[in-house]
Amino acid sequence: MLQILQDYGILLLVGQFPDGPIGGLALTLFIAISGLLCSFPIAILVGVARTSQIKVIYYPVSALVHAIRGLPALLIIFWAYFIIPLVLGRTISGIATVICALVVYEIAFMGEVVRAGVESIPKGQVEAARSLGMSYFKTLHRIILPQALYQMIPSILNQFINLIKNTSLGYIISVNELTYSAYQVNSQLLIRPFEVYFLLALIYFLLCWSLGLLIFQIEKRIKIHRQISTRSI
Amino acid sequence: MISLDFASLLQGKYAGWLIAGALKTILLFSVSWVIAFLLSLVIAALRSCGVKLFQALMFIFVGYHRNVPGLVQLFVWYFGIPQLLPQDSQSWINANGSEFIYGCIALSLNAAAYMSEDIRSGIRSLPTAQFEAARALGLTYLSSMRKIILPQAVRIAVPPLVNQTLGLLKSTSLAMIIGVAEMTYTSHQIENENFKTFEAFAIASIFYWSCSFFLIAIGTALSRYLRSTGVD
Repeated sequence: MLQILQDYGILLLVGQFPDGPIGGLALTLFIAISGLLCSFPIAILVGVARTSQIKVIYYPVSALVHAIRGLPALLIIFWAYFIIPLVLGRTISGIATVICALVVYEIAFMGEVVRAGVESIPKGQVEAARSLGMSYFKTLHRIILPQALYQMIPSILNQFINLIKNTSLGYIISVNELTYSAYQVNSQLLIRPFEVYFLLALIYFLLCWSLGLLIFQIEKRIKIHRQISTRSI
Repeated sequence: MISLDFASLLQGKYAGWLIAGALKTILLFSVSWVIAFLLSLVIAALRSCGVKLFQALMFIFVGYHRNVPGLVQLFVWYFGIPQLLPQDSQSWINANGSEFIYGCIALSLNAAAYMSEDIRSGIRSLPTAQFEAARALGLTYLSSMRKIILPQAVRIAVPPLVNQTLGLLKSTSLAMIIGVAEMTYTSHQIENENFKTFEAFAIASIFYWSCSFFLIAIGTALSRYLRSTGVD
């Protein structure tokens, strides 16, 4: 296994980067991070819409969220692969397709995270803000979201882990991310599939597990901080 | 504007494919779910048994399955594990549909890891006095688990378990990548053959939606039933 890492480590890490397109772990992280950054603002809108009292907003958004949550991510990638060129009128790269599909998928899940965060803020705060004369949006912007988003940091990072895991689905449309790179390594070696795929699993494991530890630390920090801030009020 | 033509997919050859695909998904899901659920009870029991070795092993097991993508787990089983097996068991598996067997193993182990976490938090929410009382009454560790702790823990864990069940249903689509001819595979195949992409994917989507809906309905009915018979 060390031999594989020595021979193909660079390929797994960055693909053929200096001479060719970027790939491997770097591309996996690129897809995951851009997926997170693109879906986050939309997820906030979706989450707020899901707590809305206005039926015209609440029902369509909820229907959309449930529809996305009911589909396998793989099927969403296929849908994206089919629909996006149809809408844009031109083909787009596999990477863009995967990012779009994961953003759509993630909006639904992160929207629920945002909703839970908004609902965790005590009703009294909203009432106090409204009775001070703040508008709905100002209350949202100044009172609810800052607190809700702060509490949500661990859950958002959890979604980031999910995103990293879902980037592996890019394999199906030949996006050259980590899983696909390992597949290529395996087809060059041919005789040692177990070592290659075990190494692949190990890389994902170390990445996601260390992120998980980080989340645990942040969670503890936030808990302490929230306790202090409520006590000081 | 594209004209939609569902009719041609819902008759003849394609209808046969779709039904076979749907049945395959349902079969894969049901077998994996049963294995996963039973296994998750064992894992949860082992994780709270106090024997350090078992706890460590289960910790690694759950950690592996939660931190590695399902697709990669599937690859490890489908491409990797056969290398370690002796020749005759390899050929036995190949003769009996290796895709389905390995798909089933990978999916059920993955789901078991997630489910065991839910059951474990169910166990932890029970007062420890329950377990102590059971032991004091002379029940062994296993029978106090089986008769006292797990029935209550599972009751508490029904809502998250329903969520994991839905997750498992969606993960069955991953099995298409190793060539199990389930619903996503079928719709992809139909799309390849007659380019009715929208119709093929729409049928697959409707299938997954109705299955999720059905499972949610069962989950709701189950938790209502358990509440009427249950502890609280």
